[in-house]
Amino acid sequence: MFKFLFDRDTWQEVFDSFSKNKLRSVLTMVGVWWGILLLIGLLGSARGLENAFNRLFGDFATNSVFIWGQSTGIPFKGFQEGRRVQLSLTDTKKVEENIEGIEFVVPRNLRQTSVTRKFQSGNFRVAGDYPLLDMVEKKRLLNGRFINQNDINNKRKVAVISEDIYKQLFEKKEQAVGQYILINNINFKVIGVHKLSNVNMGPPIDMHIPFTTFQQIFNQGDKIGWVMITGKPDYDIVQIEQDSKLLLKNLNNIHPDDKRAFGSANAGKEFGKVTGFLTGMQFLTWFVGIATLIAGVFAIGNILLITVRERTKEIGVRRALGATPFEIKRQIVVEAVFLTLVAGILGIITGGWILILLDHLFGQGDDAAIVNASVSILVVFIALFILVVLGTLIGLIPAFKATSVKPIEALREE
Amino acid sequence: MLEIKNLHKSYPIGDSSLHVLKGINLSVKEGEMVAIMGSSGSGKSTLLNIIGMLDEADSGDYILDELPIKNLTEKKAAVYRNKFLGFIFQSFNLINYKNALENVALPLYYQGMKRKQRQEKALFHLEKVGLADWAHHLPKELSGGQKQRVAIARALAANPKLLLADEPTGALDTATSHEIMAFIQQLNDEGKTILMVTHEEDIASMCKRIVRLKDGVIMEDKPVTQVRASQYV
Repeated sequence: MFKFLFDRDTWQEVFDSFSKNKLRSVLTMVGVWWGILLLIGLLGSARGLENAFNRLFGDFATNSVFIWGQSTGIPFKGFQEGRRVQLSLTDTKKVEENIEGIEFVVPRNLRQTSVTRKFQSGNFRVAGDYPLLDMVEKKRLLNGRFINQNDINNKRKVAVISEDIYKQLFEKKEQAVGQYILINNINFKVIGVHKLSNVNMGPPIDMHIPFTTFQQIFNQGDKIGWVMITGKPDYDIVQIEQDSKLLLKNLNNIHPDDKRAFGSANAGKEFGKVTGFLTGMQFLTWFVGIATLIAGVFAIGNILLITVRERTKEIGVRRALGATPFEIKRQIVVEAVFLTLVAGILGIITGGWILILLDHLFGQGDDAAIVNASVSILVVFIALFILVVLGTLIGLIPAFKATSVKPIEALREE
Repeated sequence: MLEIKNLHKSYPIGDSSLHVLKGINLSVKEGEMVAIMGSSGSGKSTLLNIIGMLDEADSGDYILDELPIKNLTEKKAAVYRNKFLGFIFQSFNLINYKNALENVALPLYYQGMKRKQRQEKALFHLEKVGLADWAHHLPKELSGGQKQRVAIARALAANPKLLLADEPTGALDTATSHEIMAFIQQLNDEGKTILMVTHEEDIASMCKRIVRLKDGVIMEDKPVTQVRASQYV
């Protein structure tokens, strides 16, 4: 049945009628070309944005929540409202032991304090951290290393400083690792310089020192400022947050309904919003692309209808010479499919160029707004398949129109 | 080879209908050259269209080469047209974006003939009408007489039993008309059966038999002494 597709004459006929009506054919194809160009361009950009977001969040355990103590809002068990809530290391241990689905619990202490080096000094945010922080918030180190377990065990006086602080305290191109800085008038050795990541929960930290060291120099004892909790991938972080808060309230004599006692920031929730937005955008992209495509295919059908009208006489002559209605229909459908396919393939190619252009303009560097804007080959094939189907369907309309006129009437047409 | 008995045809016009052919009886033998004459509205073109299977009669019999032509599907009509009939039109009806050779080869294409064979055969027929040198020219580059000769070559290409010509000289000047008629006569001499519609007496007199139609009936059907067109050329 499809033998005619491999027949040179079929294509000769297609090319003849194409080259005879170059302008019209090209104008027709523009519709479909534009549709598929939009589809590829939009899908690619949406994917690029998604990749960019993923890269942004890539340094960060998205399934995590930060909890810190505030002051109570409801009197409870003889305590008045407005009591300061202080989290402790014991609390975090209990949370880790009792709540289901927890991967990491990372306590942190935080303090604003003076830091001096040579003649430069300033007030900076210093955090006492565990090496585990690296698992929750991937640290991008420019130089040196992050805090390790030895630092914790030996309460070493070492600091990992941010790039910003490095620029403020050190000369250009000066080696920071191995140098000493004064934190709270105590000498600390710089062991690493890190770049602030794009996504931060809570305030950006200027320098990290070992948790145990922080405990000692600031006399913290068991007290902690923050706790970061990371859930295992298949657990709901919102649920974990609720469970942990309830347990913490119980441990600290706080009314179970007290909403003010603990502050929290749930990365999972925020991340969910972004992914929801991206999904919405992808849907919109498909919708717009396919709608444009359909409009383009209709344009082809429309033009072919006009073409058939113009070629009524020619079709009459062909039928007088012995063309069967099926042969006439087939020819018109082949022309329709051919036009849509060529336009579609050109659209895919130029769509690819647009993605390359986008990549050149916005896709370079670490902070690129669009990362690896691309369309999967499957999508391309699906789009082509849809084109062939739509082209066939739309070609049937003029095809039936062409053979609905009796040859005698077609011949009489002047 | 052609038998028509009591053929009727009417066209609906609004609520009433126009009775165009009112019982036509016609018999044409092989090798004849018949002119169908009549004023406009006499039904001569309708008759030719029915014979050409482009139109269908309401009632009556039409037998072509012992084959009854009745209730044909579009597909079958197309196959019969291709196999048995060659058409020559007043306005040539060449396909304007195909060159002479491709135009001539078109009926062969619909016969399903291979490309190479088709082109050879088309060239042979173009040679016959003396236009082999013009094979690769488009119709717009040809004169009226040349166009009609290409159309004749096209009509001959499938080697039909019957050649149908609808005012073949209607769009041509006298000299060219005679040239074309001489050619058609030559085809008849070679044994082709030819049926042509015309309203010009001098063209009709170049045939061997004249059938006169008036208001849908045959008024007169008589053989004539053929005037050779070659004497004018």
